Amino acid sequence: MPDPARLLRALIHPLRPRREASPTTDFLPGSESQGHVLWRLLSHSPQALFGVAVLALVAGTALTAGWWYPDDPLAMVAPPLLWPGEDPAFPLGSDSLGRDVAAGLVHGAKVSLTVGLVAAILSLGIGLTVGGLGGFFGGALDDALVRVTELFQTVPSFLFVIVLVAIGKPSVTVIVTAIGLASWPVIARLVRAEFRSLRETEFVLAARSLGYGPARLILREILPNALPPVIVTTSVLVATAILIESALSFLGMGDPNMVSWGSMIGDGRDQLRTAWFLTALPGGAILLTVLALNLVGDALNDRFNPRLRGLR
Amino acid sequence: MTAAQPLLAVENLNVRFTGPRGTHHAVKDLSFHLERGQTLAVVGESGSGKSTAALALLRLTAPGAAVGGRILFEGEDLLGLPLDAMRRRRGRDVSMIFQEPMTSLNPVHSVGAQIGEVLRLHERLSSAAARSRTLDLLDRVRIPEPGRRIDSYPHQLSGGQRQRVMIAMAVACRPRLLVADEPTTALDVATQEQILDLLDGLRRDLSMGLLLVTHDLGVVKDRADRVLVLHDGVKLEEGGTAALFERPHHPYTRCLLAASLHAGDTPHCTERRLPEIRIARDAAGTPSFALEVPPVRPRRAPPRTGPLLSVRDLRAEYRTAEGVFNAVDGVSFDIAPGETVGLVGPSGCGKSTLAKTVMRLVPASGGRILLDGTDLARLPDRALKPWRRRFQMVFQDPYGSLNPRHTVHDSLDAALVVHGVRERLDRAARVKAMLDRVGLPADSARRYPNEFSGGQRQRIGIARALLLKPSLVVCDEPVSALDVSVQAQILNLLAELKEEFNLAYLFISHDLAVVRHIADRVLEMKAGRLLA
Amino acid sequence: MPHLARLGGVLRRTAWQAVPTVIGIVVLNFCLLQLLPGDAADVIAAESGSATVEGMAALRAHFGLDLPALNQLLGYLNALAHLDLGVSPRHNLPVTSLIASRLGATLLLMGTALGLALLAGILFGAVMAVTVGRWPDRILSVAALLFYSTPSFWLGLMAIVLFAVKLGWLPTGGNATIDSGLAGWAWAADRARHLALPALAMAGFFVAIFSRLTRAAMLEVRGQDFVRTAEAKGLGPFAVTVRHVLRNALIPVTTVAGMQVGTLLGGSVVIEVVFSWPGLGRLALESVLSRDYHVLLGILFLSSLLVIAANLLVDLLHAWLDPRIQVR
Repeated sequence: MPDPARLLRALIHPLRPRREASPTTDFLPGSESQGHVLWRLLSHSPQALFGVAVLALVAGTALTAGWWYPDDPLAMVAPPLLWPGEDPAFPLGSDSLGRDVAAGLVHGAKVSLTVGLVAAILSLGIGLTVGGLGGFFGGALDDALVRVTELFQTVPSFLFVIVLVAIGKPSVTVIVTAIGLASWPVIARLVRAEFRSLRETEFVLAARSLGYGPARLILREILPNALPPVIVTTSVLVATAILIESALSFLGMGDPNMVSWGSMIGDGRDQLRTAWFLTALPGGAILLTVLALNLVGDALNDRFNPRLRGLR
Repeated sequence: MTAAQPLLAVENLNVRFTGPRGTHHAVKDLSFHLERGQTLAVVGESGSGKSTAALALLRLTAPGAAVGGRILFEGEDLLGLPLDAMRRRRGRDVSMIFQEPMTSLNPVHSVGAQIGEVLRLHERLSSAAARSRTLDLLDRVRIPEPGRRIDSYPHQLSGGQRQRVMIAMAVACRPRLLVADEPTTALDVATQEQILDLLDGLRRDLSMGLLLVTHDLGVVKDRADRVLVLHDGVKLEEGGTAALFERPHHPYTRCLLAASLHAGDTPHCTERRLPEIRIARDAAGTPSFALEVPPVRPRRAPPRTGPLLSVRDLRAEYRTAEGVFNAVDGVSFDIAPGETVGLVGPSGCGKSTLAKTVMRLVPASGGRILLDGTDLARLPDRALKPWRRRFQMVFQDPYGSLNPRHTVHDSLDAALVVHGVRERLDRAARVKAMLDRVGLPADSARRYPNEFSGGQRQRIGIARALLLKPSLVVCDEPVSALDVSVQAQILNLLAELKEEFNLAYLFISHDLAVVRHIADRVLEMKAGRLLA
Repeated sequence: MPHLARLGGVLRRTAWQAVPTVIGIVVLNFCLLQLLPGDAADVIAAESGSATVEGMAALRAHFGLDLPALNQLLGYLNALAHLDLGVSPRHNLPVTSLIASRLGATLLLMGTALGLALLAGILFGAVMAVTVGRWPDRILSVAALLFYSTPSFWLGLMAIVLFAVKLGWLPTGGNATIDSGLAGWAWAADRARHLALPALAMAGFFVAIFSRLTRAAMLEVRGQDFVRTAEAKGLGPFAVTVRHVLRNALIPVTTVAGMQVGTLLGGSVVIEVVFSWPGLGRLALESVLSRDYHVLLGILFLSSLLVIAANLLVDLLHAWLDPRIQVR
């Protein structure tokens, strides 16, 4: 039987196929500080450096959006359908309603990153709790939690998000909650599998034979060893949440008061034949952001998987 | 080809691995030869380069390895052959079997298909012909019911049967040289003998040369014609088996011989300790070897009182899909204070489950565990906690028994915190004293487990177990994962600590020789029960 | 045949295990129904613009919307047992027949995309694993990562710009030329031309997943002992790669393929909207916009059942590929 934890990890991060049964020997605390290790990882991998740089750029843009473009990005400020470069005041052109594309992109970064991060944190919280409790305690509690996880994993997540947003109202809060509710099973299954295998390791048995209580076992012995794959997965979770949000906004189910990259694509779609840059630019922004997240995820992943490191 | 030409002559074999952390010189200027129909044993501990050398003979070393020197097989240098010519030799003229038969067989093909693959490749047999030859082969390696087993998958066979399948695959084309890399290490003691006998018989029948790679000198005593001892990639000694066993020249060989509990009569630990090897390196890095036997201190006769631990009709069960499986099925025994009770049995007999049940790590489904008259089996966790300091455990896997994310100090310190030692300085002093007592360097406390060798990690595990001053220590295969020379050190340490702290041990091992050396009394376990 | 008996056992086991999930999905669906803000009567009334209190009550009674929740659940279960997912107030058609009329198009699109993705993914993944570290691997790895990061609807839109608008090779949308009167091969070719872009746009992301996974699985298998055994037998690189490495690497790939069916269904919504493909996904969006929640939840329910069915198939395939899987 293939180990389900391994499969899940492979699914989430295909470049990291297997970790030995013993906890990761790499990325361990040692004489070097964690920060130093992280820096060495970045400086050795141009891809990761690129990813971090792009993420920093996007985050910086999102944080300073109001400084660059203090006005409402949904306001009609320009002649409609300016091509990029046509008017230096609107370097990336304008859409059919005369809205500034550059302002939209800058403000859209805020929505994309916020939705991605908060939804990922939400599903991380649910997933860690459900997976951790089930994996550690086992028994009837675990059976019940596995059933619930399976149920949420069976329901196609994007359709589920659509239904939740349709029932609620299309606000950022509802969207974030819906994405979080739809994407936690991945984390829960991963955490459960990690907890189950770590629970049987000799160092946890040793801690139990020393009389440690459940809280100490979970927080001190198991969780620190289960976290690295979870952290890697979180980068994918953020990327997925950004993709889901953009698809929702593209379908016109996003927050109508916020400009988002997905809604810009949806609005620009009507001018696909004549002004395809209205679709291409925000799509490129999504691609670049998600690519950066995946590059960072891959780099972390390689770091945790020393067996394949030399090969890349 | 002249008659004087040996089957295999290896001249100045060098293997280097180059990785991100520099070059590792795994095999250094190794030369030896092997005659037709003879057995050469290559003996060494882990890291000695013995497996690398064996793999190099078939040019199967990992892609990053640089192999130099000459490997003359019937006068032809294998290292000089084009790769496809080398492939035609593999499996037909030169074959190899490996340590771990489970992982060495492809799990998704039947054993018949895997053996037949060799025949169809080298002898161009049809599938029907390959199948009938495969049946013969399975019979020849003495697998029962070959007609049924030929369509089995590896996971449906026992460990010994899997290794027989590997052997059948290796000898299918009647090779003239068979390289066996630790062929019995992963097997039960009883099966080991059978597999070695089978290899020996096939060597004679097919007049093959057999290169037997092993870590255990005891294995080769009656079977090898010549023995070669490797350490750190260097050949230390080579000679006829009888001569080498009688008059080992090199101190390292003497140590291996003395430390190998299988090579002869080993005294009990109260009579004589096992010799330990001390390796010192001079400025140029050249090692020098010395042998040291720690003294036995006069033993205090422990006052015989009532039993410390009294296990009565203990049961533990596992639930599997087939139903409830009684891993421990009504076991009763006593351990007196200061007594060492050995427990032996084949793998899967339930001895590890017994240890965990006694430790209350696995719930007992029935019976009593009386420690000083109190039944631990029934105590709730909270009430059990103060008792925990009285009985502790030493685990098998030195790599898995320490949390990789805590320093040694943090791991040990937490045990004292949990048991209410409030004073920080007091804890630090106790941790330091215990680390010192088990023979670890002074700076160990600040370091992480991955900075230690296997033997050192086992010392840390022992220190953790003894920190709370227990009266009973359950040792579950504490030396099975260690090299012979390290095994001797750990066994000596356990014997010393026992006398110093008047400990009682429940010492579990699959290896009767180890148990005989350390235990005052031996229990045998089979299928969940103790043999009378 | 013990082999067939084993597969039968695996099928029985997985089918049995799916029962609680199905029940859970029914309950979840019903809870979602209860959460709805306005009901269908509100929508129809709002659209007709002539809402009287009596008229609304009549509408509610007509659709059974005035009963207490437990009765509604029992009614819902009873209806489900008769394969009745309710009536779409908007289309005035049974939800089941509405869905059935769209299901075929979605299955065709999904099946084509999944098939393409598996074929291309395994092929590219194998090439990447064999040439690991060299330029085919580098180029394909970068491509896979790009496709892995691209929103599929945007990929579809860009494909329309390039292949339909600029080059004019393929149609921009729909699943057939309307009123073409084509028959035989010409009809099939027309269908295929319409299918090409949406299927490719949808497959892009999954090609990336499968190729990355195949590469990783093959690299892992390549390091295992039995591959060394195969080399020690004297097998050449091709036989080792195909018979020993790839054969084992397919096991995790099938598992992941099964796990992706749900994602594929979700992805079909946006792709169908982009390419005006008359399938379930577009029906889902239409029912969101017209607040036709029965249809929306019917689609969610049916999609979940589809995922369960797909998982059953994958479990069977898995058991066939991996003899270690036993009936437990």
